[in-house]
Formats: sequence, C-alpha cells, structure tokens
Amino acid sequence: MSHDPAATPLEKARELVEDLTFSHAKAWKAAHPGGLVVGHLPIYVPRPLFEAMGCLPVTIYGGGDQVDVVRGDSYFQSYICHIPRSTVELGVSGALDGFDAFVFPSTCDVIRNLSGMWKILFPQKAVAYLDMPQNFDAHLGGKFYALELRRIARMLEERGAKALTSAALAAAIEKENERGVLLDQLDSIRRDEPWRVRASEAYVAIRAGTLLPVEEHIALLSELIPAVRQRPARAYDNARVVVVGSFCEQPPPGLIKTLEQSGCDIVSDDFNLGLRAVRGKIEVAPGEDPLVALARAFIDQGTQTACRYVGKAKKGGALVETVKSSRADGVVFLAASFCDPALLDQPMLEAALDEASVPHTSVKFAENTGQFQSVREQAGAFGDSLKLWGAA
Amino acid sequence: MSTVPVAKEVSQIRQKTMIADHFKRLSRAKEDGKKVIYTFVPGNLSELLGALDLLPVLPEINALQSGMRGKSAAYIAEAERQGHSEDVCSYVKCDVGMSLSGNIGPTGEKLPPPDALLLSHTGCFTFMKWFELLREQYKCPVIMLHVPYQGDGEITAEMRRYMVEQLRDVVIPALEEIAGKQLDLNELSRRLALSAQAEDDLVRVWEAGKRRPAPIDGYFGGVYYVGPIFSAFRGTEEAVAYYRELREEVEARAARGEGPLTPIGPITNERYRLVVEGPPCWTSFNDFWSMFAKEGAVVVASTYTKVGGLYDTGFRHDPAQPYEALADYCLGCYTNHSLTRRIELLSKYVRDYSADGFLVNSVKSCNSFSVGQLQMMREVEARTGAPGGFIESDLVDSRYFGKANIANRLQSFFQMIDARKARRSA
Ligand code: SF4
Ligand code: SF4
Repeated sequence: MSHDPAATPLEKARELVEDLTFSHAKAWKAAHPGGLVVGHLPIYVPRPLFEAMGCLPVTIYGGGDQVDVVRGDSYFQSYICHIPRSTVELGVSGALDGFDAFVFPSTCDVIRNLSGMWKILFPQKAVAYLDMPQNFDAHLGGKFYALELRRIARMLEERGAKALTSAALAAAIEKENERGVLLDQLDSIRRDEPWRVRASEAYVAIRAGTLLPVEEHIALLSELIPAVRQRPARAYDNARVVVVGSFCEQPPPGLIKTLEQSGCDIVSDDFNLGLRAVRGKIEVAPGEDPLVALARAFIDQGTQTACRYVGKAKKGGALVETVKSSRADGVVFLAASFCDPALLDQPMLEAALDEASVPHTSVKFAENTGQFQSVREQAGAFGDSLKLWGAA
Repeated sequence: MSTVPVAKEVSQIRQKTMIADHFKRLSRAKEDGKKVIYTFVPGNLSELLGALDLLPVLPEINALQSGMRGKSAAYIAEAERQGHSEDVCSYVKCDVGMSLSGNIGPTGEKLPPPDALLLSHTGCFTFMKWFELLREQYKCPVIMLHVPYQGDGEITAEMRRYMVEQLRDVVIPALEEIAGKQLDLNELSRRLALSAQAEDDLVRVWEAGKRRPAPIDGYFGGVYYVGPIFSAFRGTEEAVAYYRELREEVEARAARGEGPLTPIGPITNERYRLVVEGPPCWTSFNDFWSMFAKEGAVVVASTYTKVGGLYDTGFRHDPAQPYEALADYCLGCYTNHSLTRRIELLSKYVRDYSADGFLVNSVKSCNSFSVGQLQMMREVEARTGAPGGFIESDLVDSRYFGKANIANRLQSFFQMIDARKARRSA
C-alpha cells in the first residue's frame, strides 16, 4: 500500500481531537507559565482576543462518543440535547481541572443556563457568559459587543492574564487572518477535488484548530494542504452534498464517515463553525482600535446560522448560495436531537431549498449515537437519487 | 382567560370582559384602520404600543388558550405535518398550526395578520426562531430588540445603554412608521404611571400569599391574576381598576380567613404551602390544579407568574425615565435572570412565604426555564431545608402529561413534607 502523504498531519490532528484529557492544554500551560487555558462552549468566541492576552482558547465540544455519561445525566432532563450532559461529565470528572476560565457564548438557552450551572459547580473558576449581539448595527450591537469583549478581557486580566494591548491584538488578528486563508484553501480543495480530502479528514484537521494556539494550527494546515494535493486523483462518482445543522453538538465521527461511505461527498458543512463564524479577512483600519475591528467583523461578516438573527436577509438565502457555490447536488440536515435552534430553523431552510429546487434529506443524531445502519440506508438512497436527478 | 369553572369574583368577570373587548377590537382592526403588532409576554412594551395606538397580539397567550380549549393537539399535529420537529417548543408549533388553520383566536374571532412583529428578545432564544417563522408566513417586518441576559445577576450600565439606544434608534422609529404618527413622550409617561399603580396592587396580591391560610393560590390562581398585566392592558386605566378590585377582593378574603378558590371549590384546610418553579400544563390545567387542591396544597408563590415582569423585588415602571423604565422592565423578566438569582429568589420565596416544600414542574418545551432546574432544586433544598419535588409535563402538548405518573410523584412529595413536619414536631 502506498504511503499517504497527508497521514502525519492527519494523525496529529486526530490524536488531539480524541484526547478528552486535554493533555495538550496541560502541556501548553507548563510551557507558558502565567498563561491561562480558557475553555468555551460552541459556537464562537473571538479567539484573537484570548491569544492576544497570552491565553489558550479551547473549544469544549462535550464528550462526543468517548465519554460515559454517568453524573452528567443527573443534571438534565431527558428532553435536553446531549452536549451539556457530557460537558458536565467532563467537568465533574476532573478532565477540565487544568482550565482556568470558561466562556459561555450566547448560542442558545441551554448554553446560557449552563453558564449559571457552571458558576455554581465550579465556584473557584472564572466563568463568563458572553452576550453576542443580535442587533447588527455597528453603533448599537457592535458597540455593545466591544464592551462585552472588554468585560471578558478584564475578567481574564484579574485572573492573571496579560493585559490586552492593541499591538498584541492586531498581531493575533493577523494570525487569525492567515489561518482563514488556509481554511479557505482547504475548503476549495474539498469543493473542487473532494477525493483529495474527505470531510471526515477535513473535520479533524479543522477541529484541531479549536484546541491549538493559532500558530500551531497554521503549521498543521500548512503541512496538510500541500500533502493532500499530492494525493493521487481517483475516479469519482459520488453525490455532492452540503451538511447543515451540526454547528454545536458534533456528530460522532462514525456518522460523518457513514455519510461518506454511503456515496455522499460532503463539499461544505457547518461542523466546527466557530472557526468560520466570521468570513473573510478581519480588517483593522489604520489607527483603529483592533477590538472594535474584531467586533465589527462579527457584525458585518458573520456567518448565517440558526443562532444568529437573520435581520433583513432572506432566510435560507445563505444556504442556497452555499449549495450553488459548492456545486452541491443536495443538502443533508444533520441536527442534534432536541437542538431547538437547528430544528426550528430547518423548516425555513427547507422552504428556501424547495424554492430553489434543491433536494434535501434530514437525519437527527446525538453525539454518542453508535448505530448508523438507518443513516447508511437513508443517505445511500438520497445519494443515489441525487445522482439520478443530476443525470436527468 | 375564561375557562376555569370556579365561582366567579367581580374581578374575574371584569377580566373576561376586558379580554373579550380586546379580541373584538382585534377582529375589527383592519376595518377600523388599526395597526396590529405581534409580540411576546416577557419584554412586552405595552405602554409604548398603547401610546402609539397599536394593538398587540401575544402569540404565547393564544397558544396557552388553545391548550386550555383542547385545540392545541390538532394545531401541533398540523405544524408537525408541515415539517416541524417533535423535539421543539410546543408553543411555537401550536401557534404556527393555529395560523395555518385560519388564525381563529380564543374567542372564536379571526385574528388579524400582523403589520409587524416586535421581537423583544428577552429570556428565550426560541422567540427569535418563532418570529422568523412568522415573518416567512406573513411577509411582514420584524423589529428586533436584543435584550442582554443578566449573566452575572445584575443589570449593568452598558446593558441599559444598549437597550435605551435600541429603543430610541430602532424600535420607536420603526413603530412610529407603522403607526403613522410620532410618539408623544408625555402619553408614554402617563401610561407608565398607570403601570406602576397596577404593579403596586399586584404586589399586594402576591404578598397576601404570606398569610396563613393563604387567601390566594399564587400559581394556578396567579396565572389569572397576571392575565391583564402580562398582555395588552399594562399601562391602561382598565388594568388599574382591575388590580385595585382584585386586591380588595383578596384582602377581604384574607380578612375572612378564607383560602383560595379552586376548580373543586374553596380550600378550607390548607395542609401544604408550596413554592412552584416552572410553567403549568395548560392542556390539563384543571386536572392538574385539582391534584393539589384535593390535598389541601396551596401554592403560596411561584416564578412562572413573574415571566412577564418581576415586581415583588421592587421594580416599577418609572414615568420619569420612560426609556430606562422599558429597558429595565425587559432586562428584569424572570427568565432573563441568572440561575444564581433564580435560586436566590426561590429560596427567598420558601422562607418569606413559610413554604413547606418546593416543587419544579419541568416542561419539555422550554429550555429557557428547564435547563438547570434539577440543580436549582438541590440548591434550594440545601439552602432552605424544605423538601424539593420534581414533576414533568408540557405546556400545550398533551402527549407529555402523564396524569398517573404526576399523581404518584406528588404523593411522594407530600409524604416527604409530612415526614419532615413530623420530625420537626417530634
Ligand atoms: S446542540 Fe443545540 S440546543 Fe444543544 S446546546 Fe447546542 S445549540 Fe443549544
Ligand atoms: S422556549 Fe419557553 S419561553 Fe421560549 S417560547 Fe417556548 S415556552 Fe416560551
């Protein structure tokens, strides 16, 4: 069997993603005395803010299918999604002991209330709720959001983080922009030559970035991208799909692979959306406070998602656009069970797809789902129908 | 709120007439040239709408009324047929189903479509989805008012300023455009002063629950008491008259040493004094209430009756600062409070109202209420020593009301209280 040129960076990423003891964060802390590890829940926090203060932001995506939830279940009723259970399990089992602070962004009511639970469970940690604006006027929501970021910065500083300076923030934004360019490259490879990098591979490569300092993620992507370009071309006859709805609780890796094995190439998705919640370069105008620029980027360049008020834009318009730009044949809705934002959004997105004559199907999951047979059949039938439609 | 078969007091008859008149006004809105705004109970801006002569429709109230009138199952089924998930909030599905089925309101009259949706984004993320859905359906504008959450348990100057600026620069201009007239700030202040009067009397009603026996039920009865102030009537003379009358009735009942009226008659043997957290189950409202009343259980205080305004901790609409009053009102609704504050409030209720126990009714629909309730229960128990009980149901989806299961759990809960009382008197 010939050697896969992308094996090394992918293996590195996989190890990081599968390590729910967060040993890399511990190692980072040991190597950065005085640095804080800041855990945050999905979807998004502005990572450059933390990096600029000498902190390591780490996205906590719950325990996936790796953690046996024992105590976590006693905190939540049966009709609540899975990610808060496994997150509490990680917390009470000590896996997050090395973290210094936690930020809960305003994703939904579950994460909002979890912020309060966390304060009670772990009173010795710094815990903040971060209110992202739903008003997208720079002078209103933008101003409020910048103040929110300053509040978080103050909390970290009180815990011993480096003071926030404009120079450090501008430099961290610069790095974030570099990462963005690489993520765009990876996306375009998936779009143009999906056989070079499967969605399940891109998934771990991107998710690793939610755990690493930005420079290390840049290094990993810089190794991966040329490597996948060296992979040999192969015959290609899969249906091209966009997957949407997994922006918070993440599907188990087996589920992503099942979709692929059922003949669907995922050419675009909203997994790990935190790294893509702001699209394009974050521009800092000459003389501008970089914090204001960071806030403005969220206001003006934010990705449309169920947790962001759609404002005047057409609901589902962004999804239809993604389908077109990624030349997808159809859409798979992949929402976590009991995820109100995703599931309430779905009928509106479906309507927009129907209007644009884009076929779609829908699958629900929990992060710890272990049985994929019915998904295999459903996705296989959907993929087949897309190919037939496409050929018609 | 007209369906409970209890003996009617004068205030109830007045409320019934007020609500019937409002729905009549709504049914004639188009011919009368009135503009209609749909908005939510928490963070409703009734005084502002009233000052601009705009008529409010509150979809949550329609949903709960549909639940009480046995219509919600069909509406939810209709929404699920249209692709809505079984997992999500049943209020939304009930409302969507109702509008797809002709939008007939609780009084049997057709509700007018909205001229705009005022999305006061207070204490619940589902509100945003709900109005996005209605926007698609009615093709009308949405006016977003983003209300920050009190994550650290307080209203900061930054939050208040953000709210005031949104009101001044976004909400009021948009409403003025729809109303076709400018806001008269004096009229707004006049209405805010009326609100504060009614709020004073409502607080006196709540505080009557501290008496023994309690002359009110602050949950099952309480949801009727909040009807006018949570909906279209805050800031009106009608609401002032209603709350004055209600207060006098309650004070008279207290003076006579009478317990609250319930679907099975007045409570004459108050055995259990309870504090309840969480909304009621509307589809089996009378059944549910009767399970308590039969045991002599009275809810002396509840949090659900604070979702549309938390007045008993001191907030009043201040006519001297109209924008700030509206801002603080929205920021202060119960579900916009941090879990820590909710626990503190519940513990205070248990102590101040001399409650024997604390019960959570956790509804499947509502993540805003429900996430954290198990932890809240343990904390309140630890802080007050009062036993905590936990039952589950739903707001308007009767598939989640398991009568036998709830009855069993209630029995165990009452036994826990009895055992504690026995221990204490031993
Ligand atoms: S999966 Fe959905 S409901 Fe659950 S925490 Fe995430 S966004 Fe909220
Ligand atoms: S989730 Fe709760 S607060 Fe939100 S609309 Fe549903 S019932 Fe109301």
